Amino acid sequence: MRWQRAVFSNVGFLKMSGSGLWPWLCAACVALSLLMLAALLTLLTIRGLGHFWPAPLEEVTLKSGDIVIGQPVRETTLPKGAGSERLYFTGNQDITGSNWQWITIDDISQQAEPADLIRLTRTPWGDFIGRLMTVESGDQRLTEQAAWTFIHDALALPVKQRPPGTLVLATADGQILRQPLASVTYFQSPNAMSWGQKTIAWGQRIWQFLSEGPRAANTGGGVWPAIFGTVLMVILMSVIVTPFGVLAAIYLNEIAHQNRLTRLVRIGVRNLAGVPSIVYGVFGLGVFVYGVGGSIDSWFFSDELPSPTFGTGGLLWASLTLALLTLPVVIVATEEGLARIPDAQREGAVALGATRLEMLTRVVLPMATPAMLTGMILAVARAAGEVAPLMLVGVAKLAPQMPVDGEFPYLHLERKFMHLGYHLFDTAFHGEDVQAAIPLVFATALLLVLIVLVLNLTAIFLRHYLRRQRGNEC
Amino acid sequence: MLASLSSNKAALAPVTHFPAEQRCLSIAKFHLAYAGKMALRDLTLDLPRHRVTAFIGPSGCGKSTLLRAINRLHDLNESVTHSGHIQLEGQDIHAPDMNVTELRRRVGMVFQTPNPFPMSIYENVAFGLRLQQRLPKRKRDDIIEWALTSAALWDEVKDRLHRSAWQLSGGQQQRLVIARTLAVQPDVLLLDEPASALDPISTLKIEELIRNLKSQLTLVLVTHNMQQAARVSDYTAFLQHGELVEYGPTDQLFTNPRLQRTENYITGRIT
Repeated sequence: MRWQRAVFSNVGFLKMSGSGLWPWLCAACVALSLLMLAALLTLLTIRGLGHFWPAPLEEVTLKSGDIVIGQPVRETTLPKGAGSERLYFTGNQDITGSNWQWITIDDISQQAEPADLIRLTRTPWGDFIGRLMTVESGDQRLTEQAAWTFIHDALALPVKQRPPGTLVLATADGQILRQPLASVTYFQSPNAMSWGQKTIAWGQRIWQFLSEGPRAANTGGGVWPAIFGTVLMVILMSVIVTPFGVLAAIYLNEIAHQNRLTRLVRIGVRNLAGVPSIVYGVFGLGVFVYGVGGSIDSWFFSDELPSPTFGTGGLLWASLTLALLTLPVVIVATEEGLARIPDAQREGAVALGATRLEMLTRVVLPMATPAMLTGMILAVARAAGEVAPLMLVGVAKLAPQMPVDGEFPYLHLERKFMHLGYHLFDTAFHGEDVQAAIPLVFATALLLVLIVLVLNLTAIFLRHYLRRQRGNEC
Repeated sequence: MLASLSSNKAALAPVTHFPAEQRCLSIAKFHLAYAGKMALRDLTLDLPRHRVTAFIGPSGCGKSTLLRAINRLHDLNESVTHSGHIQLEGQDIHAPDMNVTELRRRVGMVFQTPNPFPMSIYENVAFGLRLQQRLPKRKRDDIIEWALTSAALWDEVKDRLHRSAWQLSGGQQQRLVIARTLAVQPDVLLLDEPASALDPISTLKIEELIRNLKSQLTLVLVTHNMQQAARVSDYTAFLQHGELVEYGPTDQLFTNPRLQRTENYITGRIT
């Protein structure tokens, strides 16, 4: 501590009566970084997870006599003192033509949260908000509690096992809608729910988001295919890039003569890490998709031509492109790990009669494993977040089939796939219903961050385990 | 006149030859250069079997270089060139039919800083064995126990053979490295300042170990510590500027050196 004070007080500028300003400046930079990170994560978490919380529904009576039922979303103040407006999510797109309605606050004469308001999700047409009148099942006509129990039990079953039934629904202005039970995916009455029920419903909605496919042009439903595509692509990428990068690093550090050419190659590799990712996308499209893929098509899949099999973007080409993109990262990290191993270890092995290969495989590589994993962690972190090159080499807005299924050969490398990053972009900018997309964008972004975190943590724990096994740092 | 001059010269010349049956290593007119820069110049000396020979000399005199040449460790560095001969038990170690890995098994080497591998104590000692042949586990266990016992380490580690070798103290690590080398049953053990990174008690243990090991093999010791050379070695060679200055029985070299240069060095008048 004393030396710090001595050093800092000797720095002429940034000196503040006795104690230096220097440490504070450094600490402020750290604090600012942490603050921004915390703000990012908080925003994503609140906006992303909040979307799934069962929001209360309001029944609003306007001065004109109209009744509107919906979920209040946000308020904005109108310019020039014209009061403020509130946006309601009203659902019922099939009846009113729009899911959303702006209401001027001054027009509201009465506002209430009746417990009998319901919200249900249907395919097609999305959400319905209104009241449940009766449930018709065969000859039965159920009302009140019996109707709730019936719906609750029926929705717990898969679509094909549900008893036949029709929900008779009423909108805010009294229109009757008959909704077959088979088309309903989700049913809730948020105003009547307790906190416990809301929490359970919240968990269910999050699970649906994670486990289902997208609906309504990616503005509804879940993101499971995108999660699967992202993780599969990253794993394939790691499997391709790690051996390549490690072997290249071994050559550069252990085998090649350390002369000017080696240094030049090393500088080149390091600079490749800085090439914009879209450039790799263009390269992947030209070389992998059209070049290699086109050739594979003309040799092995000529029956299918002119419709391409491998000659179009797909999982394999996307993985290869990203492997190329992250190759420098793996090489540099591995090389640094190899350079840190003391020569005494190599000489020790050689002096015991090990050949060069035995020295590499039994002493050097095990010691460099943590560094290799570090390279892989960096590669995964970079690859999971890349979107630009993927748009050129195989990502799809909506992939009709998953890249892995029960059909031989089970892993379909030529298929297009969905990716969370691209899904985010598509939901945010290409959806029809922008208002509905906003919370999904936050939720997807949070999910993408979490997936990168999980992939990284896995590798970090693996590295930690390997170090622990060795009993020391290296 | 002439006769007296030549007899005088013979008295000054270093003792470098032993009868063939006592010779373990025989170095003849050996030159070595790093990237054209001469490091060893015209060395000729024999090292007797089952004795400890110490190389002393100021830093950069080439004693470590010579030690590494006996193990052919310079093969790893392509800028090193050499001429002359080094014979191990009458065989030229640079002969084309000499198997380098076999040579290195026969000539073990221990370095200045302990360099146990990042594996368990057991695996460290088994490392050299595994490189050679598949042994039945019981045979391997026996050899490992024998090697650790020879290196005076068995009692300290017998309960934690499968723990990481990096948890041992520096002195224990160095004895582990010696055990690892002994496990492949070498004829010669080269020690490159084996105790310079250790505390005095560990140093004493290593020195005692060196004295005990000479009944089994030939030891060559490089050291900066004059007392250490005097304590453990039977013969001492003094090198300076890559040349052999004086070589003889340790007692004689330290108590009654023939050359002024040697006396200056061992009494600390030059460095």
